[in-house]
Amino acid sequence: MTLLGLFNHWAFVIIMMVGLYAIIARNNLVKKILGLGLFQTGIFLMYITLGVRDGAAAPILQDDPAVIYANPLPHVLILTAIVVSVSTMAVALALAIGIRESYGTVEADEVAALDQQSQEVGC
Amino acid sequence: MDPVLLLDVLLLILAVLAAVAAMLQRDLLGSVMLMGIYSLLMAVIWANLFAMDVSFTEASVGAGAATVLLLMALTRIGTRERSGGDHSLPALVLVVLTGVVLLYGTSELPRFGDPQAPAQLHIAPRYLAQDIGKVSDSATPQDSPHGEGDFGHHVPNTVTAVLASYRGYDTMFETAVIFSAGMCLLLLLRPIPRRSPETVTIDESGSTSHQKSESVVLRTIGGMLIPYILVFGFYVQMHGEIGPGGGFQAGVLVAAAFILHSLLFGRAATDRWLPRWLVDLAMSLGVLLYAGTGVACMAMGGHFLDYSALDRVHPAEAEALGMTLVEAGVGLTVASVVLTIVRKVQGGTR
Repeated sequence: MTLLGLFNHWAFVIIMMVGLYAIIARNNLVKKILGLGLFQTGIFLMYITLGVRDGAAAPILQDDPAVIYANPLPHVLILTAIVVSVSTMAVALALAIGIRESYGTVEADEVAALDQQSQEVGC
Repeated sequence: MDPVLLLDVLLLILAVLAAVAAMLQRDLLGSVMLMGIYSLLMAVIWANLFAMDVSFTEASVGAGAATVLLLMALTRIGTRERSGGDHSLPALVLVVLTGVVLLYGTSELPRFGDPQAPAQLHIAPRYLAQDIGKVSDSATPQDSPHGEGDFGHHVPNTVTAVLASYRGYDTMFETAVIFSAGMCLLLLLRPIPRRSPETVTIDESGSTSHQKSESVVLRTIGGMLIPYILVFGFYVQMHGEIGPGGGFQAGVLVAAAFILHSLLFGRAATDRWLPRWLVDLAMSLGVLLYAGTGVACMAMGGHFLDYSALDRVHPAEAEALGMTLVEAGVGLTVASVVLTIVRKVQGGTR
């Protein structure tokens, strides 16, 4: 059906933009990290959609030569990207924990206000 | 209507709803749980779109490890998100504009499942036929195109073949990125000897050995599960060339078994089974095993990561051997880094 042929692209744009809005507008650092995760899965969705092929099977070779397969390349890129995204999320969380322990808050504006205060005291 | 597309549309609508709900939720605990649901939905979507390995990774890493990690981080950060004051009109305008530009840009992309899409025609058929790359580069004239020179059916899972062989460099550096993330965690979250009173921590009692489950049911049933998780992890590690799976998924599964053990019986008990120095060593050993396989190929007269050099008489078997070795390296690094990350985020004085 041609009308829904681009549905996955609409979905990935919506998911990415929800994530982007959270990154920009939310003050809470954990929310920003979750938004970043959403942004990443939006990109994953675009890649996997590019590998889909009508009537295809999963790209695990079978003996029947008539079988057609989905494109394995996006799968490889995204598989490793998922693991890397969790590793980077862990680094971000570690930074958030560090900020929580130094400032007592993970709200970005409160952290900025505290920085401002300590600067004024220092002057 | 194509059932694949129908299921895809339904699941994506659910996933978008879960994503929006996760971002609107003020309670961070609720947000993390909704993200877990979103991740599981994505795993089903990947499986529906024929990406079995991606689905497996998303289920184990995205829905499993990431959720555990976020929950542990929340115990130290706190689950309260201050309400109000963070809806900004400029951000909304920017996001809508970016979205419109992206929608305009994607409107020309091939439709869902188009067999004539450039992505399907350019290099994919050669990956699927397994007749490109290092093997044919180094093939000697007596190798027929479908004889010893290609993988034959030694690596039916083309995702693993592409991951470990054709794009072996990518995977090596991605393993290195994961290793660096583990190192970052070690450096960022050094044990703090004494905490300031306002810090929220899970170990109120001051001892890490108290971070364990007191429920007899949980400890008995969970304890029974651990060996099976480990066996499944090793199966996924060794089976990655034939079916979905491989080092990335297996590493997370093995790590999950040890994380479960430490949650049930306390970290001190886990450290008796799996000493800390061993985890730290395994982190670097995995990357070393991967790169070492590449160097071994050079020592045998081939290119870096050209596994067929390991055994010139049986290049197909040598390819399988090389992939097994690098997958083992990936598995080692991923498992030990996930364990390290969870341990560091969980915190504690030791």
